[in-house]
Amino acid sequence: MNVKRTTHPDASASFNRDEARVDWHDETLWFVRSKRDRAARLVPEWEDLREAASRIKDHVLSNMHDLLVQFEQNAVRNGIKVHWAADAAEHNAIVHGILQENGVRQMVKSKSMLTEECGLNEFLKEKGVDVIDSDLGERIVQMRGEPPSHIVLPAIHLKKADVGETFHQHLGTEAGATDPQYLTEAARQHLRETFLTRRVALTGVNFAIAETGGFVVCTNEGNADMGVHLADVHIACMGFEKLLPRTEHLGVFLRLLARSATGQPITTYSSHFYRPRPGQQMHLVVVDNGRSRQLGRPDFRNSLKCIRCAACLNTCPVYRRSGGHSYHSAVAGPIGSILAPNLDMSQNADLPFASTLCGSCSNVCPVKIDIHDQLYKWRQVLVQAGHTPAAKTVAMKTMATVLASPRLYKVAGQLGRKVLRLAPALAENRLNPWYQQREMPEAPKESFREWYARNRSEVRGQKSEKIEQ
Amino acid sequence: MSRDRILAAIRNSQPERLPLPEKFSFESVFDDLPAQFAAVLATVGGQAVSVNDYAEIEAHLRTAYAGVTNIATTLPQLAHLSDVDLAAVTDPHGLAGLNLAVIEGQLGVAENAAIWLDERNLPHRALPMITQYLAIVVRRSDLVPNMHDAYRRLDVAATGFGTFLSGPSKTADIEQSLVVGAHGARGLVVYLLP
Repeated sequence: MNVKRTTHPDASASFNRDEARVDWHDETLWFVRSKRDRAARLVPEWEDLREAASRIKDHVLSNMHDLLVQFEQNAVRNGIKVHWAADAAEHNAIVHGILQENGVRQMVKSKSMLTEECGLNEFLKEKGVDVIDSDLGERIVQMRGEPPSHIVLPAIHLKKADVGETFHQHLGTEAGATDPQYLTEAARQHLRETFLTRRVALTGVNFAIAETGGFVVCTNEGNADMGVHLADVHIACMGFEKLLPRTEHLGVFLRLLARSATGQPITTYSSHFYRPRPGQQMHLVVVDNGRSRQLGRPDFRNSLKCIRCAACLNTCPVYRRSGGHSYHSAVAGPIGSILAPNLDMSQNADLPFASTLCGSCSNVCPVKIDIHDQLYKWRQVLVQAGHTPAAKTVAMKTMATVLASPRLYKVAGQLGRKVLRLAPALAENRLNPWYQQREMPEAPKESFREWYARNRSEVRGQKSEKIEQ
Repeated sequence: MSRDRILAAIRNSQPERLPLPEKFSFESVFDDLPAQFAAVLATVGGQAVSVNDYAEIEAHLRTAYAGVTNIATTLPQLAHLSDVDLAAVTDPHGLAGLNLAVIEGQLGVAENAAIWLDERNLPHRALPMITQYLAIVVRRSDLVPNMHDAYRRLDVAATGFGTFLSGPSKTADIEQSLVVGAHGARGLVVYLLP
């Protein structure tokens, strides 16, 4: 954790080297966003659903302790073994412990952003455990040795030809194959073999229900179900914020989740687990890993309402043009950028700045998280804590001084206009970071102040009043 | 113990209690529930077939799955079509060769074509996923407008496992191209009985 990661601006710059690919990435995600819009418009009470979801989560966050205790009691009564992990290391150790108890060195895993957050795959690999991700997109990126670039569409940064090449190497499909049907069929055969031979299956949790002690796992592919129904041991891992008070609240969230994510009316499988099947072990790992800290920050606790639909990623002009990997965090995009600084402020100080603050993320969020406001607030916190680059701090302080003094502002404006007109090369060069992705503006002949002073005197036919202080 | 430390940290961090909203259930109005259900099912890759009785289901199955073997059903009315005895299967791995499963659904949701199945319908939890093709029989009188209605009608925690299943298994993980038949069933036919 001490190695400085590539920052978002640097990673984005390399992503942007292939302009055609950036355009394709941008359009692909906008297409998903458009599907979300169509689905939402088919539900007249959409805004009321968002409001209800947000307020149910408000209640959950404010009653988390009691709801968790109630959930645990009911889950235990159902025959589920409940584990508690304070951090990523404890989570990973618990999962490894269950594998060891069962004498198993192979595991199949469906999508769980929490295990990405905890670095479970890498940890288990070091312990000699073979983990196979069973979501198609996750399997693709796993074969390539990459992290997912999107929380719902893990391989959205890849083209058919990339997947064809990966499968040719790892699954022996024909070289040059690009037909999604053919490639998906190859993965189906490969993973079916995996499902049939693994004794331990791990899943994430979309929702946990306090009143029943049950939990819900949503997939389109059926990979979570195929894994756990054929395994002797089911391990489900959840951040504690996944909790809902009652079963009937699921109606609100299942109506919102898939429509917000992909524009589907619901995921293909919304599976409700209450008890292990006879002879099966069911483990549930409840993870904190910074969540209780975030719960204690009034400005940021709403981020814990997130249901991981990725609507904010799909709509974000920065995400669409910089790609998920540029966020160097398990959860990319706007929501990831308000979660990551809580996990590690200095490592993720760049992320709240990876936004135009346009607010589109907040507008599409199904649980009404004030995402762009939180991004803005994180910037204040990070600057005050000294986590911003020195050059930026100096530039901002200089700018503040100039903007605070009309005299300095006037001189700076005159100087800037002169430079742009007479010696543009002084500004239009690679040393000016502002110029790197932008054209410099055409300099006007005079400032508004000069124009105003001149016109005012012409209209009134009198000498201009002194407008300087 | 981490449990107590986590719970204590949560108790210290959580804000003052906020009430649950009073309104979190909404009405959906559809003129024709079976038509709405069928239309949405088509958009998620499934097919709805309106039938009057089990004889019509049998006739459709015989045409749609002509020559198919390894068929299992939980419906006594269709038992003579099956060549796999689910009662004899003790380990779900034994279902790996299944080509077609014909089962009963408890309830269908018109807004999203989801069908509720639980252990009362599923002798094995893996059944609706591991089979290559799936057919579900639902009564038209068991269709409800939306998910709020579904949760009101159902006791979803009555058995150890249940699922809302909407359409066949699918993925769009390769360049957003929709492919039906990811890991679960490659096809879904829903028979709507009076």
